Amino acid sequence: MLAMKHRVAGSVVALLFAMIAVAADRPTLKAGVFEPPRAAPELSLDASSGGKLSLANYRGKVILMGFGFTSCPEVCPTTLATLAQARKRLGAQGEQLQVVYVTVDPERDTADRMKAYLGGFDPTFVGGTGTPAQLAAVRKNYGVMAERKPLGNSYTVAHSSSVYLIDQEGLLRGMMPYGRLPDDFAHDVRALLSE
Amino acid sequence: MILAIAFVAVVSWAALAPLPARESREQPFVIPEGTWQRRMSGDQVDILPQQIRLTLGINDVLLLKNQDTVPQTFGPALLMPGQSFRLPFEVASEYQFACTAHSSGQMTIIVDPLPASPWGRLRWRALQLAEAFGNKSHEPTG
Repeated sequence: MLAMKHRVAGSVVALLFAMIAVAADRPTLKAGVFEPPRAAPELSLDASSGGKLSLANYRGKVILMGFGFTSCPEVCPTTLATLAQARKRLGAQGEQLQVVYVTVDPERDTADRMKAYLGGFDPTFVGGTGTPAQLAAVRKNYGVMAERKPLGNSYTVAHSSSVYLIDQEGLLRGMMPYGRLPDDFAHDVRALLSE
Repeated sequence: MILAIAFVAVVSWAALAPLPARESREQPFVIPEGTWQRRMSGDQVDILPQQIRLTLGINDVLLLKNQDTVPQTFGPALLMPGQSFRLPFEVASEYQFACTAHSSGQMTIIVDPLPASPWGRLRWRALQLAEAFGNKSHEPTG
């Protein structure tokens, strides 16, 4: 009985040391970091590149995922331009980065419209759209806010502006607040690719 | 006369004394276990202020911890039970986050530069004092 207790205690200690070792091995990021990381909630949306958009398709790459809409006047163009610059700064490593942009405005953002819009920043960027219910579920899984507001005869959408960092194994590792520089993103993508 | 001397002494100390050393630059906010249940029973639970003030080099890392048994939206992050979110700041600025935890839908984090000059230290200590007594803008989260 005593030996069994010792074995259990030993296993618990070993597990704790293993967890600490894994955490210590993780690189320091410029982004906010989730600890412990959880699996990034999967998407099942229509991809702007055609077919279905699934995060599982990009295992082995680092994913930067944002939420926005093609009629966004300021935040989305700024974020997407920043991500495009970050990808350029990565050079050849940019091939191992996938930018995913999920719409918060399914009424206007068709897959074709997103393809044309995102292509203006970088042709490799992929957009995701779907039904309002599908997109609401995605936002709930990530803690993203989006609220439609009237604007003259039309409307705009107030939305969360952070970008999520998903590592090569599909773990949701961090969240970069709006306004960070391309070098910050490039730094974190390099760090996640080096693991 | 004595009051004037005391005032000058306090202002001089606030301007010239070195800033307090901290073991960690993290500014933690914790959702304790049972928060969700307290809210469900109608309690007003104030954890995260609508405005947070940080200072580079002193407390420039925001640390959010969810120790409750249910997921919580905590400032800019959705945190699973037992999960934490550690956000470092390197640039002094005002940061706005969408935050469903506050009625305004916004949370502001003001990051001040390291107060290196006597005037900067005086201003920093005055702000700390004002924060300690004046920041009652806490609203329920979650």
